[in-house]
Amino acid sequence: MRKEVAAVFLQRVCNKIGLLMLGLLASASLRAQEPPYFVTYSDVMEEPGNLEISYKGISAAPKNANSFNSATTEFEYGLKAWWTTEVYLTGQTTQNDSTLFTGFRWENRVRLLQRNHFINPVLYAEFENVNEADRSFLEVMNHDSISDLYLSNAQARKEKERSMELKLILSSNTHGWNISENFITEKAMNQSEPWEFGYALGVSRPLALTASSKACVFCRENFSAGLEMYGGLGTTDQFGWKQTSQYLAPIVQFNIPKGPSIGFEPSFGLNANSLGMLWRFKVSYEIEQFFGVFRKNAH
Amino acid sequence: MGRKGPIGTIAALALAIVCLGADGSWLKDVPEADRGRVNPYTGQAEAIAAGKRVFGDHCAKCHGPDAMGKGKRPSLRSDRVQHATDGEIFWLLKNGNLRKGMPTWARLPEPMRWQIIAYVKSLGAAAGVDGTQPAGGERQ
Repeated sequence: MRKEVAAVFLQRVCNKIGLLMLGLLASASLRAQEPPYFVTYSDVMEEPGNLEISYKGISAAPKNANSFNSATTEFEYGLKAWWTTEVYLTGQTTQNDSTLFTGFRWENRVRLLQRNHFINPVLYAEFENVNEADRSFLEVMNHDSISDLYLSNAQARKEKERSMELKLILSSNTHGWNISENFITEKAMNQSEPWEFGYALGVSRPLALTASSKACVFCRENFSAGLEMYGGLGTTDQFGWKQTSQYLAPIVQFNIPKGPSIGFEPSFGLNANSLGMLWRFKVSYEIEQFFGVFRKNAH
Repeated sequence: MGRKGPIGTIAALALAIVCLGADGSWLKDVPEADRGRVNPYTGQAEAIAAGKRVFGDHCAKCHGPDAMGKGKRPSLRSDRVQHATDGEIFWLLKNGNLRKGMPTWARLPEPMRWQIIAYVKSLGAAAGVDGTQPAGGERQ
């Protein structure tokens, strides 16, 4: 008897989850025309009430170290038209080593000016709780180097860092182009390390500036392309390019109408400290008015 | 049962004041130079069709698939929007009204924003601006 009750209960729960998933899928939409960057942030905020779920994958085969795949899942929510909050969960798997969860990040982005200007500043604040085995490369800081990857996961995971990261995001939109500059600083709160610095620059443009009158999947307007450059800038003790890693990366993104966005970026290491090549891939999926979906399903 | 207490009356008054404050206040901020800008796509059938598609992708989630408004989000068939100049609406798309929840759409290329405006304005022309009865009210 108890088993039957449990089975009915389980079936009801599954039905509810199924309905919720259907609701989420039905409310998914074209991702708003966002610049295709992987590392650089622009002034584009998540629309209020929308939740965007993204998966960012990285694959690399560094010289003299095991190849690895890193996965980052992002949940980005628009609290206000000028305020976006985001949670990241990261993990990685290293060949001939192990697979592990490396930590989480929580960031908030606030648009500083209410009107649109030639340069739009956005302030970014993030709390990070990650271990040294993290391979997400969400930004490159300090004197990050290929030699950091020589440690085994077991050794690297022992060192945990809780840090605050601040970014000043400057972004312009002109003649269809987006040009964004990020100035990044980070301070470990549980270690007596100096302030670390980094940067990211991006430029991108959709392949067409006008929409076509007929529905189409492979229209030029659904594609955007761009270029990113990012790297470390040392610390307060040793500021500059010396012994930092630097990357240059062309990007392409495809916004599938009424579906997810898919992006791809090969990052080329520009000096001996950098990995030769980082392959980046992402897929993003936007759920409109996320909490509205729950309300609809509750009725 | 139907009688509101003083708290209810005060709350209703406060809500009315907030709504009045939200009514098209952005229009006052539009610079003269922007107000007079002309939509290069006005009345062009292809641009209107394209604008409808872009509207469906980016605007319909808040303003409704038929632009009649949704919840607290305003109808774009209202007299206020239909009587606004193309330049005024273009300015709003560029700057948004962040405090009221309207994001900036400067991320969309300019021609695409003009296509949206061509579509929105075509709704008023089709319905007859004066006779339009927006379901979402005039809460812009």
